[in-house]
Amino acid sequence: MLRLENLSVIRRNRPVLKGIDLTVGASEFIGLIGPNGAGKSTLMEAALGLIPATGQSSLAQLPAAARARHAAYLPQAKEIAWPVSVRDLVSLGRLAWPGGGGTSADRQAIDRAITRMGLQDFTHRTAQRLSGGEQARALIARALAQDTPLLLADEPIAGLDPAQQLATMRLFAELARERRGVVASIHDLGLAARFCTRLVLLAQGRIIADGPPDEVLRDDLMTRAFGITLCRVQTPDGLAILPV
Amino acid sequence: MTPLFRLLVALVLALFVTSLLIGPAGVGALASLKALVLGGDGPLPIVMRQIRLPRALLGVAVGAGLGLTGAAMQGYLRNPLAEPGLIGVSGMAALGAVIAIQTGASLAFALALPAAALAGAAIGIGLLVALAGPRGGSVTLILAGVAISAMAGAGTALVLNLSPNPYAANEIIFWLMGSLADRSLVHVALALPPMALGAALIATTARGLDALTLGEAAAQALGIDATTLRWRLIAGVALIVGPATAVAGAIGFVGLVVPHLLRPWVGARPSRLLPASALGGAALLLAADIAVRVITPERDLKLGVLTAIVGAPLFLHLIWKTRSGGRI
Repeated sequence: MLRLENLSVIRRNRPVLKGIDLTVGASEFIGLIGPNGAGKSTLMEAALGLIPATGQSSLAQLPAAARARHAAYLPQAKEIAWPVSVRDLVSLGRLAWPGGGGTSADRQAIDRAITRMGLQDFTHRTAQRLSGGEQARALIARALAQDTPLLLADEPIAGLDPAQQLATMRLFAELARERRGVVASIHDLGLAARFCTRLVLLAQGRIIADGPPDEVLRDDLMTRAFGITLCRVQTPDGLAILPV
Repeated sequence: MTPLFRLLVALVLALFVTSLLIGPAGVGALASLKALVLGGDGPLPIVMRQIRLPRALLGVAVGAGLGLTGAAMQGYLRNPLAEPGLIGVSGMAALGAVIAIQTGASLAFALALPAAALAGAAIGIGLLVALAGPRGGSVTLILAGVAISAMAGAGTALVLNLSPNPYAANEIIFWLMGSLADRSLVHVALALPPMALGAALIATTARGLDALTLGEAAAQALGIDATTLRWRLIAGVALIVGPATAVAGAIGFVGLVVPHLLRPWVGARPSRLLPASALGGAALLLAADIAVRVITPERDLKLGVLTAIVGAPLFLHLIWKTRSGGRI
């Protein structure tokens, strides 16, 4: 799905991403964790070829249109510049496809994405006037309409209420079960541990751990990356993790 | 075609015909149109073909151009306050024209004025490319445009300041107010080809402008090449506003107000706003050009003055609407 080899980014003479090697396979939901400024967003942008980088990214090498049909990207900034309807917003995901939104295949993909995100009653509403959570759902629907095997989401649950956070994580886990690859940067270590199949811990532009959640969320690594330790509480629904 | 587009097309057609029928000659509608289509002897076919037809054609072309470029600039910059004059090309075209008037070249050679304006526009594009660079965000483009506009404004003021006599200064001031009066088919032939090319270039940006609704990073990830989009947009806008200013002078507010007015009617989608705004701009400029002839037939009310008089209150209304809770 995605292979990064020795991917490095230098900004204003300062290395912000150093020699990243990462492979994302189908059915993987990778949680990208790490402190602010660790390089999580830069990693996604470099992988997509949106910023100049050295090294190899299987995605950045593709022609722009092919890349857009292989990977959908949800940037951290949830921007909706114009008062377009929810349906029009979701349909933007089809711009990468030859019909650009007008073919029956496009319409079906848009309908599927709208239904999956439970936006059927909102299609004619102005996206800018929805609540933050509803807007986030509409933007995810836009990415789903793109119908790609890979999804890169930069802090998709930031600013959402707990129910919406859970719903989003469940959806991403579901997408992974459908043999898609999902990479999402996440600050909530508890949710990351619960839903991600694999965690990648970044600190100061390097990957310092990569593996199943319980291997990555070790106290020594957490102290090294964040300067914190974790308190683990066993609950009937699984392991709850609290930073202390 | 949606009802809105049908309405706008009908409006432009009706205003185009009305524009052909308005003038001091005071001839009946049927006789006028017959003279236009069939020709014949006497002064009427000349009036229709050499005076009114170019005026109406330029009304459509310049209005459509300003509406289209306004919608494109707003879509590209994701800012409802953007307008075609922002990149400084129209300011440079005006400076070129003003120099042609000041030096007397416009009197010696009829096409010296539009030619000098086109040269000014071309220098403006060169400066813009040099300043805004091949990469760089929309802020760089705005800053470069503002710098070029400021330089062009200073140059125009200097030319006015140094004008040899009050008549030249007067002529410059009146030209700057914008007008479609006394234009010939040569003006049409001069302006239309580059404007058509510019419109074709802008039409290719429609998909990119739609994608930009989600921000620059998301648009790029949707397969939009930011650099190509930027060049097509700059070239398209320059190829339209340069010739438009060269043949009609500085006409403000059309490119700002028309996209605003029509945005809610096309669901705010930038690609749909482009053709709607082009038609709306043509309709508004034709209507304004009819109005200047009807309101003060004996005095030369300038088109740019009328668009400003009508445009400013419309803009105030939009501000009021925004303040009272609605989004732009």
